[in-house]
Amino acid sequence: MQKTALAERKGEALMKSGADILMDSLKRENVEVIFGYPGGAVLPIYDSLYNAGIPHILARHEQGAIHAAEGYARITGKPGVVIATSGPGATNIVTGLADALIDSIPLVVLTGQVATGVIGTDAFQEADVLGITTPITKHNYQVRNPKDFPRIIKEAFYIASSGRPGPVLIDVPKDMAVLSAEVDEDPVLNLPGYQPKLTPNYLQIKKLCEEITKAKRPLILAGAGVLISKAHEELKSFAEKQQIPVVHTLLGLGGFPAEHPLFIGMAGMHGVYAANMALSNCDLLINIGARFDDRLTGNLKDFAPLATVAHIDIDPVEIGKNVPTKIPIVGDAKEALDMLNEQDQEKAESEEWIRQLHQWNKEFPLRYEQKGDSLKPQFVLELLHKETKGEAIITTDVGQHQMWAAQFYRFNKPHAWVTSGGLGTMGFGLPAAIGAQLAKPEAKVVSVVGDGGFQMTLQELGVIAELKLPIKIIIINNHALGMVRQWQQTFYNERYSHSLLHSQPSFVKLAEAYGIKAFQIHTEQEARDKMKEAFTLNEPVLLDFRVLQEENVYPMVAPGKGLHEMEGV
Amino acid sequence: MKGIITLTVMNRPGVLNRITNLFSKRSYNIESITVGSSEQPEISRITVVVQVENDKELEQITKQLNKQIDIIKVMDITDQAIVARELALVKVSASTQTRSEIYSLIEPFRGSVVDISRDSLIIQITGETEKIEAFIELLRPYGIKELARTGTTAFLRGTQKSQGSKSLSIV
Repeated sequence: MQKTALAERKGEALMKSGADILMDSLKRENVEVIFGYPGGAVLPIYDSLYNAGIPHILARHEQGAIHAAEGYARITGKPGVVIATSGPGATNIVTGLADALIDSIPLVVLTGQVATGVIGTDAFQEADVLGITTPITKHNYQVRNPKDFPRIIKEAFYIASSGRPGPVLIDVPKDMAVLSAEVDEDPVLNLPGYQPKLTPNYLQIKKLCEEITKAKRPLILAGAGVLISKAHEELKSFAEKQQIPVVHTLLGLGGFPAEHPLFIGMAGMHGVYAANMALSNCDLLINIGARFDDRLTGNLKDFAPLATVAHIDIDPVEIGKNVPTKIPIVGDAKEALDMLNEQDQEKAESEEWIRQLHQWNKEFPLRYEQKGDSLKPQFVLELLHKETKGEAIITTDVGQHQMWAAQFYRFNKPHAWVTSGGLGTMGFGLPAAIGAQLAKPEAKVVSVVGDGGFQMTLQELGVIAELKLPIKIIIINNHALGMVRQWQQTFYNERYSHSLLHSQPSFVKLAEAYGIKAFQIHTEQEARDKMKEAFTLNEPVLLDFRVLQEENVYPMVAPGKGLHEMEGV
Repeated sequence: MKGIITLTVMNRPGVLNRITNLFSKRSYNIESITVGSSEQPEISRITVVVQVENDKELEQITKQLNKQIDIIKVMDITDQAIVARELALVKVSASTQTRSEIYSLIEPFRGSVVDISRDSLIIQITGETEKIEAFIELLRPYGIKELARTGTTAFLRGTQKSQGSKSLSIV
C-alpha cells in the first residue's frame, strides 16, 4: 500500500522511492542474481527487493557474498552484484574488493550507509566506506540524490565491465533509498574522463610482425586478459599460424588448451621447468594480457634476458611497469590478435625451438613420488582431472592445493578456472564455487580447498545445502597451512610457527550437520571409488582427502631468484 | 627529480582523496598540491609537484592518474615551457632599526607588505619557487616568525617552442 502511495504521479513525471528506482536500474542492466546480506541501513533496499523479481542469494557472511559474486563474474564475464549493509557489512567485503581489483573481476557493489543527516557523526554502524574502499575499487560513488540512481547504476556497470574490468562500489545513505524522485528512464553516459576503448596501434602491430619473422625462439605468454576478452580462439589461430609456443600465467590457464602441441605449461614460481626455461631463453616474448606479476617473473633482472618484449594490454599502466617493453600495444587482446591474424607475413622459424621445449618437458615433467600407503595430493588432482575429463569448473583458495590444481588439472577449456591470484585470498574457493554454479547450473563445479582456507568461509556450506547446488568440495587436508609450512621448512629451519593444525573438527560430521554428503578418504583406492561416486550424485558432496603433510610443491623458484634457477625439478 | 603534473578533474567529492591515494600507494612524495576551480564550474584544476627518482616513475604516475574516472586530463609539464607561480606569506621580525632595511629587500622582489605590527611585518610574495626561496633566505637573518606557502600552480604557455617537449606516453 505504501508502495503505491510513493509512486504517486506528480504532474507528468512518475515519483518513485530511491530503492525502487535502484531496482528498476538494476533490471535495466539485466541483473540475473544478487549476492547479499541485509542489515539496518539497507532495509529500504531489501524492502524494494522483496517483490522486485530479481533472485537474491543470502550468503552467511558478506565475504561469502562478494566471493560468490566474483565466481559468477569470472564465469559469465558479467558484473557480479553484491549488497551489504553499512559499517560491518561494508568492511566485511573489503577483502573481496581488493581481490577483484587485482584480478580484474567486474563487480557492482552496493553498500548501505547511515542517513545523510548523520554522516560523519560516528552514528550506529557507520564507517567511512568511500575512504576505506577508494584504493581497492576501480571507482566508487556515494548517492547524494535519489534521482541519480539511474545514471550511477548505468555508469557503474559500464565502468566495471569495460576496459580492464574491476569492482565499482556505490554507497547508499539510507535516506537516499527512502526519498522519492522523478524517474529518468534512460540517462546518457557522460564520462569525459573515461576512455576504455583503445584501438591497437597498427604500426606497432606491423612492428611485431617483423619481429616474428626474424625470431628464432618466439614465445607467447598468455594471461587472464585473453580470457576476459574471450580471445581464446584468436590466440589459438595466432599461435598455430605463426608456430609460436605458448606458456600461461596462473590466471591465464584455459586460455590455450593444455593438450595442444604448442602448449608448454604454466610458468612462474611453481611453473613447469620447460615454461620457465622458455621465458629465460626466448628471443621474442609476446605478452598477451598478463601483468608481469612477481610470482611469474621471479627476479626481474634475470627475466627474459635475451628477449625483445612485446606487450598487448588494455591497461596502459601495465606496459613497461615491470619489464622494459619494445613493442607496446594498448588495446583489447581479441582486437589485437585479429589484427595480427590478418597480417600476411612469414611465420617464425621455430621448429628447432619447439623441439627443444618439448625435450625439456619430456626430461623434466611435473612429477611426484608414490611412497607407501600415504595419499599424495597430486594424485588427487590427477584423479579429478581424469574423472571430469578436464572439463569441470575448478575454484580454489591460495596455497599448495591451488598450485597442485594449476599443475595437475590440465585445463582444456576457457572460463573454467576461478582462483584468487593476485591477492591470494584464503577462503575464496568455496563461495566462488557458489557463484560459478549459479552462473552455469549445468556445469560440473569443483571447489578445491585446503583445510586452512576451508575453515575461513565454511559457513557458506549453508548456501550450498539450502540451494542443493551439486558442488563437489575437495579438501586437500594435510592438517597444515601447507604453503606456510613449506616455506618454514625451506627458509626458516623447519621452525613450524603456528602453521600446523593439530586440532580439527570432523569435516565429514560438519558437512553432515548441513545435510551434505561427505566422505573421509585415506587411500588411493578409496579416492578412486569416492571420486567416481561423488560425480554420479547430483547433489553437493564433500570429500576430505587426508594427504601426506610433508608433501611440498615443486618445482620452485625461490623468492629473489631468477626463473632459470629452479629447484626440485 | 622534481616533476610537475597538471590535472583537470571533475569537481566531485572524493576526487582529491583518490589522487593523493595513488601517490601514497606508490610512496611517491607530494611536494606541493594546489586545487582550485577552473574556467568551467564543474571542473577543477590541480597542480601537483612530486619528487620522483626518474622519468619512468613519472610516466607510471601519469598513467595511473589517467586511469581515474573523474580525472579528465593529465599533463606532465615538467619539461615544457610553463608559467608556474607560488605565493608565500612571511611574518618577519622587524624592529624600528631593521624595518627600512627589510623594505629595501622587498622592492626588487616585487613583494608587498600586507600587515605591520610593532615588532613584525607580513610580506606577500609571488613568483616561481626559486625566487621565493631566494627571498626567504634573504629574510632569514632578520628572524622569520611564521611562513606559509601555497605550493606551485602552473600551466603551459600559449606558445610552445618545438624543441624540448617530450612525448608523454604511449597512449
